[in-house]
Amino acid sequence: MSVMRRLGLGPDRATALHVGVLVVLLALHFVLPDYHHISIARIMVLACFAMGYNIAFGYSGLLSLGHAMFFAAGLYGAGLAAQFLDVPATGGLLIGILGALALVITFGAVALRTTGVSFMIVTLMFAQAVFLIIYYFGEFTRGDEGFIVPDAMRAAFGYALNEPTARYLVAFGLFAVCLIISLAIARSGLGRVLVAIRENEDRARMLGYDIYRMKLLALLISGGMAGAAGAVYAMLFGYVGATFASIEYSILPLLWVLVGGAGTVLGPFVGTLAMFYLIDITSGLTTAYLLVVGLALIGLVLFFPKGILGTIRERWASWLP
Amino acid sequence: MDFGPYLLLASLEGAVGAAVLAVTALGLSLVFGVMRIVNVAHGEFFMLGAVIAWWAASLIGVHPALGFLGALVLSPLIVGAVALFAERTVLSRLKYDPEATIVATIGMLYVIQQVVLMTYGPDARPVQPPFDFRIQLPWFGYSAYKLFVIAAAIALMLAVWAGLTRTRVGLMMRATQYDRETARAFAIPVDKVYAGVFAFGAMLAAFGAVLVVPVQQAHYLMGHDPLLLSFIVVIIGGLGSLRGTVLAALIIGMSDGIISVFFSPTLAKIIATLVVAMVLVWRPQGLFGERPA
Repeated sequence: MSVMRRLGLGPDRATALHVGVLVVLLALHFVLPDYHHISIARIMVLACFAMGYNIAFGYSGLLSLGHAMFFAAGLYGAGLAAQFLDVPATGGLLIGILGALALVITFGAVALRTTGVSFMIVTLMFAQAVFLIIYYFGEFTRGDEGFIVPDAMRAAFGYALNEPTARYLVAFGLFAVCLIISLAIARSGLGRVLVAIRENEDRARMLGYDIYRMKLLALLISGGMAGAAGAVYAMLFGYVGATFASIEYSILPLLWVLVGGAGTVLGPFVGTLAMFYLIDITSGLTTAYLLVVGLALIGLVLFFPKGILGTIRERWASWLP
Repeated sequence: MDFGPYLLLASLEGAVGAAVLAVTALGLSLVFGVMRIVNVAHGEFFMLGAVIAWWAASLIGVHPALGFLGALVLSPLIVGAVALFAERTVLSRLKYDPEATIVATIGMLYVIQQVVLMTYGPDARPVQPPFDFRIQLPWFGYSAYKLFVIAAAIALMLAVWAGLTRTRVGLMMRATQYDRETARAFAIPVDKVYAGVFAFGAMLAAFGAVLVVPVQQAHYLMGHDPLLLSFIVVIIGGLGSLRGTVLAALIIGMSDGIISVFFSPTLAKIIATLVVAMVLVWRPQGLFGERPA
């Protein structure tokens, strides 16, 4: 019971809602047709990337434009280890997370010396450098073209991860872990301190909090989640390419979080789900599907700056974490 | 070719790049300086300028010089109108909040780029230079048009500088940049100044693009590099400092031209990107900026 409480879980509406979402997603495994089965698996992994982004942007107010580097660190960490060192999925996940954390400690720690617009541009520049480094070592990474992760390495505990069932359940497992961590942070003292820093940094400093350390901690959790998502993505879907390190993949988590609602626990998932299917439908109509992304971004900042769940929380459900 | 002439050729190429970059970055710098916002769609205004230049030149098409002249007039005007529309409908409603503006201009980036992809298509298309004439140096022949690009860029920058320091509109812009509230108290229409500066910044990008199109083809993804380089120039030059912007464009453009002749362009870009990030971390006001940002 005390473990449950420490994770922010208890007999209340918020816990019921989040556990309910997990139960529904697990149940969907048995009923979804093939196409949506793999789509939802993909969405759950990408939602973990978005949840990581939400810890930095939504809760701590760190508007990073370089989170693709953390996702790419996980993706390439796991992918390259499998390709050249014959490391299977479990080791790849560990390497991916460590790679992302290493990037946070080097680039993130430096970027945190700046605030506001400078922080956005510095993170953008660092991510661009990582993107170019991937090109520079094209001999191993194959640059734009990317490489296919060998099937033999896409396995964990004797299960082949390219099988639909294992793929869905691993994606679900990662999603559940990230969701519970997010919920625990949102309802803990740490979460409140991060929100305090987001709302008024000077006041939080005056209250005695070490702002830099708190932000770094938030960025470590955020980058770690993004790295884990990247590593699992490489293992479940078997492809590693430089596109995942491009600026587009720094913008997408921002978009997903904005759509779903920044600073809400379920917002990143709702946003990823909505945008994934919106792009899925429009890309059937036109090749210029990024137009939808652009219009969505403009429409959101103009009319729904709080996103779907942010608006719901404001109007009807103030208890939503 | 010997090393000396080779270096001269690399420097000339670098100077052409620097000239176009200076004009483009000047637009970004003005917008940042006066409005205090980062326009991520600046590179797309550049691209739009190039595509419209191709369209205007191929539409007029009597003589390359006439087509080029038409492009030189039409392209900045149309791009300026598009920017003005975007400013009035989106940015002014966001009250120029720095972070919301970045998200909105990222949106504009995708909208402009994809609309061009849908209408103009994915092909790269050239524009004929207005005159096809080579100046014969002792070691190699060099395109006279490229020298014209350098001259045109210098003339334009002198004009902008004179406009900023010698005219009433320039005074209003500088007053708004210096202190928005006091400017408003002195009955300067700050909203109109903002709208004008945003449109003018985009027009400068379009102008730079028209100059570059006879050398480099028009393509819907061509806005990426100018955006990144302009960012670097504006940051190194000091946010909102005109003199710093021009000086930094000269340094970055020349070294980009020379380095990519002699070294691996990817490695040069990696180093440049990291250096710029570090400059921003330790000197947020830029190398030539005076006030802390």
